[in-house]
Amino acid sequence: MVRRGRVYKDGALRHEVHARTARAFLEEVYAAETISYPKFYKMDPLSQLGFLATELLLEGTPLADVRGAAPGIGASAALGPEDVGVILANTNASLDTDVRYYRTVAEMPSPALFVYTLPNIVIGEICIRHGFKGENAFFVFKAFHATFITQYVQGLFAAGLVKACVCGWVEVLDNDYDAALFLVEETGTTPFTAENLKKIYDRPWTN
Amino acid sequence: MDQLMADLKRQIIAQLNLKDLKPEDIGDDQPLFVEGLGLDSIDALELIVLLQQEYKIRLASADDGPKVFRTVRTMAEYIKEHQPA
Repeated sequence: MVRRGRVYKDGALRHEVHARTARAFLEEVYAAETISYPKFYKMDPLSQLGFLATELLLEGTPLADVRGAAPGIGASAALGPEDVGVILANTNASLDTDVRYYRTVAEMPSPALFVYTLPNIVIGEICIRHGFKGENAFFVFKAFHATFITQYVQGLFAAGLVKACVCGWVEVLDNDYDAALFLVEETGTTPFTAENLKKIYDRPWTN
Repeated sequence: MDQLMADLKRQIIAQLNLKDLKPEDIGDDQPLFVEGLGLDSIDALELIVLLQQEYKIRLASADDGPKVFRTVRTMAEYIKEHQPA
């Protein structure tokens, strides 16, 4: 979970950073995590946020090993690339970058900004990093919609389309940002219910 | 020419958000794409924007891209040849 200058991993505070902008905050967290992925700096803040949140989410799991272990994905021989899905949602889609891109149009449209003027690009960045090729979708809601996310992801599992799924909320607008990501697995220990998702998302000490 | 190449290295780093690189990390004759700096097709478009914004130069033909953007030196040579007086 990433919000208001703080980064939490499984409910525990991992980083607290005071930065003037969302991008400055995200790049400080990236540096503190000592991740080496030069493309991070080219991403828009929404993709940076999704990328970082996923790095922390998958830390300590077989899916974190981006080097891969054929024939599976990551260090997991049980999961193939097509078995891992990514389902995300937010309120403002890619508006944060859309506005910045629009400002460049009058003079010289920026190709590097243009490629981030869709919200599902953050999913692409996560999938490129980890080699995921499973079902993915990005939805837009007024607010965090635990019921929809759980029902949609449960549907993917029920249809046999995924065996693991990264899902949740990734939102950036101006200098406000909010990410809450969950890893859903067939062998998970916490029941994947809307109630549990909402309880985690609304944890009082993170607000 | 040396000053132009030094300027280009700074501008490439800024334009392409290559924050993990310093100008001295980029060789004058180091390939910019694939095996060199590893730039991609979007970066190529940003280099075209850089030429237009900083040097008021438009590529005469898209086919010239691979030749012009091969290295910092080839970019500098193209700028020298085409910069408005």
